[in-house]
Amino acid sequence: MNAVTAQLPALQVVIPLLGAIIAAFLRRGTLAWAWAALITALTPVIAFAQLHQVWTNDTISYRMGGWPPPIGIEYRVDLLNAFVLLLVSLVSTIMMPYARRSVAHEIDGDKQAWFYCMYLLGLAGLLGITITGDAFNAFVFLEISSLSTYVMIAMGRDRRALVASYQYLIIGTIGATLYVIGVGLLYLVTGSLNFADIGTRLAEASAAYPRPVLAGLAFLFVGISLKLALFPLHVWLPNAYAYAPSFATAFLAATATKVAIYLLLRIVFSVYGVAIDLNTLPVSTVLYPLSIAAMFIASILAVYETNLKRMLAYSSVAQIGYITLGIALMNQAGLTGSVVHLFNHALIKGALFLALGAIVYRAGTIKLDDLGGIGRTMPLTFAAFVFAGMSLMGVPGTAGFISKYYLIVGALDAGLWPIAFLIVASSLIALVYIGRAVEVAYFRPIASAPANAKDPPLMMLVPILVLTFASIYFGIDTELSAGVASRVAETLLGGLK
Amino acid sequence: MGGFENFFAHYNYVATIVLMVAGLYIVIARGNMIKKLIGLMLFQTSVYLLYIAPGKIIGGTPPILDANFTIYSNPLPHVLILTAIVVGVATIALGLAIVSRIHEAYGTIEEDEIIARDDQE
Amino acid sequence: MLAFAPESLVIAALTIPLIGALLIPLFHSAPNARESVTLATAGALTFTVWSLLPHVLAGARPAAIDIAVVPGLNIAFSVEPLGMLFALIAATLWLVTSVYAIGYMRGNDEPRQTSFYVCFAVALWATMGIAFAKNLFTLFIFYEILTLSTYPLVAHKANGEAIRAGRIYLLILIGTSMVLLLPAIAWTWVLAGTLDFTSGGILNGKTTPFALCALLALFAFGIGKAALMPLHFWLPAAMVAPTPVSALLHAVAVVKAGVFTILKVVVYIFGIETLAYAGSGTWLVYAAGFTVIAASLVALRQDNLKARLAYSTVSQLSYVILAAAILTPISAVGAAMHIAAHAVSKITLFFAAGAIYTAAHKTEISELAGIGRRMPCTMGAFAIGAISMIGLPPTAGFLGKWFMLSGAMQTGQWLPVAIIVVSTLLNAAYFLPIVYTAFFEREPAAHAVGAEAAHEHGEAPLPIVIALIFTAAATIGLFLFPEVPHALAKLMVGG
Repeated sequence: MNAVTAQLPALQVVIPLLGAIIAAFLRRGTLAWAWAALITALTPVIAFAQLHQVWTNDTISYRMGGWPPPIGIEYRVDLLNAFVLLLVSLVSTIMMPYARRSVAHEIDGDKQAWFYCMYLLGLAGLLGITITGDAFNAFVFLEISSLSTYVMIAMGRDRRALVASYQYLIIGTIGATLYVIGVGLLYLVTGSLNFADIGTRLAEASAAYPRPVLAGLAFLFVGISLKLALFPLHVWLPNAYAYAPSFATAFLAATATKVAIYLLLRIVFSVYGVAIDLNTLPVSTVLYPLSIAAMFIASILAVYETNLKRMLAYSSVAQIGYITLGIALMNQAGLTGSVVHLFNHALIKGALFLALGAIVYRAGTIKLDDLGGIGRTMPLTFAAFVFAGMSLMGVPGTAGFISKYYLIVGALDAGLWPIAFLIVASSLIALVYIGRAVEVAYFRPIASAPANAKDPPLMMLVPILVLTFASIYFGIDTELSAGVASRVAETLLGGLK
Repeated sequence: MGGFENFFAHYNYVATIVLMVAGLYIVIARGNMIKKLIGLMLFQTSVYLLYIAPGKIIGGTPPILDANFTIYSNPLPHVLILTAIVVGVATIALGLAIVSRIHEAYGTIEEDEIIARDDQE
Repeated sequence: MLAFAPESLVIAALTIPLIGALLIPLFHSAPNARESVTLATAGALTFTVWSLLPHVLAGARPAAIDIAVVPGLNIAFSVEPLGMLFALIAATLWLVTSVYAIGYMRGNDEPRQTSFYVCFAVALWATMGIAFAKNLFTLFIFYEILTLSTYPLVAHKANGEAIRAGRIYLLILIGTSMVLLLPAIAWTWVLAGTLDFTSGGILNGKTTPFALCALLALFAFGIGKAALMPLHFWLPAAMVAPTPVSALLHAVAVVKAGVFTILKVVVYIFGIETLAYAGSGTWLVYAAGFTVIAASLVALRQDNLKARLAYSTVSQLSYVILAAAILTPISAVGAAMHIAAHAVSKITLFFAAGAIYTAAHKTEISELAGIGRRMPCTMGAFAIGAISMIGLPPTAGFLGKWFMLSGAMQTGQWLPVAIIVVSTLLNAAYFLPIVYTAFFEREPAAHAVGAEAAHEHGEAPLPIVIALIFTAAATIGLFLFPEVPHALAKLMVGG
């Protein structure tokens, strides 16, 4: 037993990585799905075991291949990434039952196995970015997840999926390359690639070479911001989300940007923050205006969008603005809000995109104007959409409220009451775009596309309802979300210089 | 050290920056999707140089343990860049595959024409 | 009679409407069974709430459920006198309205009746949550649930006008609560470190008079349901809803939730003495006074009966705010009394308006000539409601005004006195003509208005008439036997 426990950090990545290769050889779609579901289901078990270990004991440090850091690659699990690992693996597992019908509906039979192969690779990449303690290793996993993501997007039915995938490939590669440049600069001045080790050496290096250290931060920041779709580097996101297969959209929306945000937190707090006083670095200065612009501009773009997937994609850009705003605040409540919103938004957006996928599955369209009366023909699906939408708005009693509450308190604690107002004012825009969908779905006469639609089969419906329920439930019982998040924030801030 | 000497002492960085900016310029300025990928390759290649050049120590030998030599080049950047090259090749291969699919679907690989065709729908 | 522990009664009051809401859709295809569920739920709730009353009058403050959502934010319930009064009004009138709604919805052949009754039950659940909330956070949760659950009722007709009204409704109510009320709550939390409703308030000595003033403004305008001008226009817009909704929700539950919240905030968060001492509440007298007068003036010019009633509600709500802003214990008693009095009188008026619409399909005041002779019960009840609105004895409306005036005179605040007197005249000016038209003008001859409008009709269906006679009787009954609301109101201010 102990032998297995000791290898958990490696297994976390190796299982989906090898699983992906095997999935590629399973020719039948259903078989590949069953395999992918099994592999996915193992990951949250490992993640939970690690979170438990980190919660009760201390940081886990795993030496890949037995080589000690900083020469060897270290897998390092602390509270922050144990939390993100659990989030990514758990949400993926909840979504897996949904995948079979939706993927079978949207992807040709002979390509389904490839899709699941790419999905598992993507999952392995995301888990790898999160678990590794090595900056260059993170780049490799970043590319693994990105490449598989490009393929998944390109598998969308519409030919525009190809263009979206191509554009994402260009932007994603630039982002990843900028990240490597940043890592390279840090390597040049510190001689290390291990996050923790760079952190300990950076203070000295920064005194000797202040400019490369600052330039390194700029490259890392911009590179990661491209990945997490920080406004105005978000242009790839709406099309990628809109034309990817429904399951891929839900998976990416719930996990991919979250992992990129994790990487940003890691770089800012665990690498730079431990060595240099963050107030002297222009992190908040850059993040405040961009976050607020994201919250408003992206939300307003969502209001004018008639394709529901694109609408939610813009909404994601706006929600990322809330998360980065919490990072910019750099105080206990703000950072807690940021981390807890990472969690809550993954659940909410997962639920919303799955609901849209069910609408594609039954009604064949997600153009808002063609969906009159869908709320009456697909009552449970759309009810899920409405409740998850309420959570997105931050109605009290839902998970979204908890995030907003922490952010508001964070802003007030920082003495920035205008920002507290901006937070609440921008969440009103979410009311407008969700409300618009609700009006069409319930108060318009039933249109032709939804006329024969009904709620999807249970395998699809249950994941939608589970995620929706979770996005309400975590507004009342917040031990796993806000409880962990606030300890994460404490650790991150406690390590600051 | 004057600015001029400084410039030549760091000529490897100058080359890196020239390649990097040229690559990025091609990606932004060209509408042809293949040319964009070429620019992307150039951009990535500049990073290989950034890593490798400082690893070479003048007068250093390959990192093989031998009692006669005490100065070695740093092997780690080479290993890293080997990985990066693999990643780069995979990216370009995937990019080219997508472009050829785009050509099948649209009959063109010029970005503005593709946008025009999508807008017509 | 079985004696239940007051704590379990609180839990029962908070679950019964929710259970009803879950049961109603099961009887979608059997309307009679469905309406029986509604009536049974409303009856059970009324019984539960009245059983709580003796405990509260005896000085108990039964509390139930305490869930810490995040440190400092608890979902918790506790019954205090003002909440008790509000719950009594809402639950009892729900029962009456349910009877009325059955007649109205069937009489007008309304669509989507199942979702109508479900939303109604959820709205009542939220009202109970508001009434029994132990702290601002809990109150805020149910406040938002109330808005969201009544939105489908406002947009019920699903035509362009109803959808537009629904938009205004949601945007104003959610907008004010999110943009103003939520920061106010967060600010209170930062200042006081607690959000519990506490006798005497929690903000004493915590901040400057100016900050108190700003905070009070955030609360007063953030609680959009109180319809303080200029954030009142959602209320007239909401009148497109079916009449039972206008009657119970937009004359009683929703709007009273607004003034109830303001009253609770003034009494239990700020503390009357804190505010009076700091002088931070003076501006509220002006704001509320302005709303009282301005809304009355607008009401004068409305020909649509429900619109006139809506503006009258806006005006009457500000009486309560005004009474709270006078900041004396006796005027706070007046505010509580007025919540009860206005509830029974205004619901009577709306019931009458709905009865006229159901029986005669008339919505405009100018069409009502002579209708009193065709519908004597309806218009008689209407007259009683109107007298109560003006504030004349022997109706409930008199009591609220009496206490408010006493409070204002006691402290020598002559402006509120003047406002109350002027508005009483205005009330008379817009209600008495309706009564006069209905009883003393002659019905126009058939050819003058077209055959359709002049069709033969008598009273509305029986459930409607029963309901409105009951509330009219209650309007007079409350004047004759004001012990319960008065006792509760006095307990609230600690008298």
